[in-house]
Amino acid sequence: MSATELNLTLKVWRQKSDKEKGKMETYQVSGISTDSSFLEMMDILNEQLIAEDKEPVAFDHDCREGICGSCSMYINGEAHGPGREITTCQLHMREFKDGETIYIEPWRAKAFPVIKDLVVDRSAFDRVMNAGGFISVNTSGNTQDANAIPIDKHDADKAFDAATCIGCGACVATCKNASAMLFVSAKVSQLSLLPQGKVEAKERVQNMVKQMDEEGFGNCSNTGACEVECPKGISLENIARMNREYLKSGMS
Amino acid sequence: MSKLDSKIPEGPIADKWTTYKNNIRLVNPANKRSIDVIVVGTGLAGGSAAATLAELGYNVKAFCYQDSPRRAHSIAAQGGINAAKNYQGDGDSTYRLFYDTVKGGDYRSREANVYRLAEVSTNIIDQCVAQGVPFARDYGGLLDNRSFGGVQVSRTFYAKGQTGQQLLLGAYSAMSRQIGKGKITMYNRHEMMDIVVVDGKARGIIARNLVTGELERHSAHAVVVGSGGYGNVFFLSTNAMGSNVSAGWKIHKKGAYFANPCFTQIHPTCIPQHGDQQSKLTLMSESLRNDGRIWVPAKKEDAKAIRAGKLKPTDLKEEDRDYYLERRYPSFGNLVPRDVASRAAKERCDAGFGVGTNETGEAVYLDFSSAIMRYGQEEANVKGHHDASEKEIKELGTKIVEAKYGNLFQMYEKITADNPYETPMKIYPAVHYTMGGVWVDYNLMTTIPGCYAIGEANFSDHGANRLGASALMQGLADGYFVLPYTIGDYLADDIRTGAITTDSKEFEEAEKSVKEQIEFFINNDGKHSVDYFHKRLGKVMWNKVGMARTEKGLKEAIAEIKEIREQFWKEVSVPGSADGINQELEKAGRVADFLELGELFARDALERNESCGGHFREEYQTEEGEATRDDKNFTYVAAWEYQGEPSKAKLHKEDLKYENIELKTRSYK
Repeated sequence: MSATELNLTLKVWRQKSDKEKGKMETYQVSGISTDSSFLEMMDILNEQLIAEDKEPVAFDHDCREGICGSCSMYINGEAHGPGREITTCQLHMREFKDGETIYIEPWRAKAFPVIKDLVVDRSAFDRVMNAGGFISVNTSGNTQDANAIPIDKHDADKAFDAATCIGCGACVATCKNASAMLFVSAKVSQLSLLPQGKVEAKERVQNMVKQMDEEGFGNCSNTGACEVECPKGISLENIARMNREYLKSGMS
Repeated sequence: MSKLDSKIPEGPIADKWTTYKNNIRLVNPANKRSIDVIVVGTGLAGGSAAATLAELGYNVKAFCYQDSPRRAHSIAAQGGINAAKNYQGDGDSTYRLFYDTVKGGDYRSREANVYRLAEVSTNIIDQCVAQGVPFARDYGGLLDNRSFGGVQVSRTFYAKGQTGQQLLLGAYSAMSRQIGKGKITMYNRHEMMDIVVVDGKARGIIARNLVTGELERHSAHAVVVGSGGYGNVFFLSTNAMGSNVSAGWKIHKKGAYFANPCFTQIHPTCIPQHGDQQSKLTLMSESLRNDGRIWVPAKKEDAKAIRAGKLKPTDLKEEDRDYYLERRYPSFGNLVPRDVASRAAKERCDAGFGVGTNETGEAVYLDFSSAIMRYGQEEANVKGHHDASEKEIKELGTKIVEAKYGNLFQMYEKITADNPYETPMKIYPAVHYTMGGVWVDYNLMTTIPGCYAIGEANFSDHGANRLGASALMQGLADGYFVLPYTIGDYLADDIRTGAITTDSKEFEEAEKSVKEQIEFFINNDGKHSVDYFHKRLGKVMWNKVGMARTEKGLKEAIAEIKEIREQFWKEVSVPGSADGINQELEKAGRVADFLELGELFARDALERNESCGGHFREEYQTEEGEATRDDKNFTYVAAWEYQGEPSKAKLHKEDLKYENIELKTRSYK
């Protein structure tokens, strides 16, 4: 497919710091190749701003291949913009039309405060993981052989599917309750499906859910928006599994 | 006087590591509690080291520039991790993994380090499974393997095309457990700006809080740098946007030698550049070469018509295609090592057979059509469809290929808007990994006492070319199983030292020079952005210090890089202020270091008058265009000592001795 060039109007959220109020600013960009990625378009905007001696737009990004989970933009009212199972860095400009106006905002959730422009603080996710997102095994070099416990392929595959979460926070950003249930349940599921993780399953789910609530994430009301916007297609099934694990952990 | 003592233990190679471990000094658990260790970088090497050191009882302070340790670029590794488990019973062993790695590295790595790597490789898989890493399994519930380029066994463990992600999340979970316990203090969004050396020993770092802009002093009894590779010196690479050489370069400037900077891996299968707006390149896993066939048109006029959009690849008849890898290397075919495959693609494109319809015109085809038909026919036979039509066979084959590589095909389509099931993928080599790095001894210690370098940041294990699925192995080996032992031997001297004060003149001076540089950037009245200089550096690197190098080109590159650097320091413009998030300021510091490294890189390539692995000097090749090594004069590690600026760097040589493997010409014909 051959590339064409786009002229666009951008409405971008600008906010100096977590202490100041932000607002939308309007910018024009032109000559954007349809082969460019969305973030390359943002690079061009920033080069333009620097040339005008203005401050460029701060945004999180790193791997630019959809796996690190850094990028986090709300584009035209959708987490990571249009398209299923996609991160902002994988979004390409051919999805947009010449002359279009694009609205670009940060994730918005109580537990993810905006710290500058499109950059939010997602350390709440790390704290939930610190509370129990692991198997308590030390590095020793003499754990048992990796093939000592066969694992049912279906369980291993399901654990893998849950483990592909990139921790971007789109689930929280898109949820009307700003719930982190999809994120937390993905880790709870991965580890509870594997024999190695079953040993401390009870403590894990209790500690992680407790931390999740303390961070100010909302509750799940089963609308399923998180699953739709998840760049890795993490299934709602995981939330059901976490609820079961949580219930089970209360009965001893 | 050269300080290059590799400290390789005595004895037969198979016993060295065990003997070493039995004889080093230990630090008792109570004493570990009064010892602090700084770890810079939280990828596979840094993350696993931080977790293990904390488990052992040391107080760890870990630093990463990302907003979470889980985002380090190890996360993007696709294909797999090697380990000599011999689960397939195909004759694998520690020795074979050792042998393949040394040969693959074109005999420019250190035998003792590579043997140790092969030896601990099996522990890594055990450890990761215990942590809950969901590797691929077969229907019997046991671990599955696949094979990678340059070897004849199946020793690669994998988790679909996301092996790096799963391994990194394993290390991150081990870190999270220690962060929760308070044994690791995690500094997210912090960048190491300099190392602090007190009385000749590494005793801390100056870090910048990237959110508040504050400079912080952090002290420790040892500093571990696991900050990854420097491929972004080329501007365009498969590295993450933030990947940088700064931690490695700062320690180099304070006394750590930098080894073999010119050994860089250019990976053959990446999505070609689309144009000047590009910021980053994307890799397509080497696993695709198991089934994809690489070709270009056999006739120049066809290539020209394709570039002009007048002809489609699918219109070309079989006899009009040149499967050049199969033609040149009949015994390894499409599965030759990465350096060989990359050069062959460049050769065809330079000769005018490239098929890129983008602005650069450079691309070759990676074609799955014959794999689709082959798998389809097999599947039709299995299902008993003996009179299946071509269309039915294609449908069946497409399903098989989708099951094997679906996520990669999807990634390709998202980026290019081409459907690789219908038309061949277009690929071209891109900078991917750097084998060179900070020089370390057998203990992984640099030439600064108490300063260690692990993972891609050091130079030790891959020689002049890294084999697929060996980077993940090395990162985790260093962090989980090597450094935690070797560092104890050093720290045994520090049990009575007590906390290191940050209130010393060394910390003050280091902080002052960091502050001065930041103030310079903010106040400089320049006219060009940081990227303007970075892109120019990248072009020089790619054209003159890339896949093919000549004496003339390298000399030009050295002069041009110096010129760009001088202009950078006059004309760079960094908007905004230093007291908050300022991504341009972050980039400016990193590019300043790339502009120095780039010159040393070219000097190293100029000095090495031979072709080996990823380093190809056009003057040193056979009539058939194969690399010609010069073992008599160049079987050494080039370790550079900083002396003011790159042009003054002093070369030290560590001679490489091959006592267990005979030096041979690599042949994949």
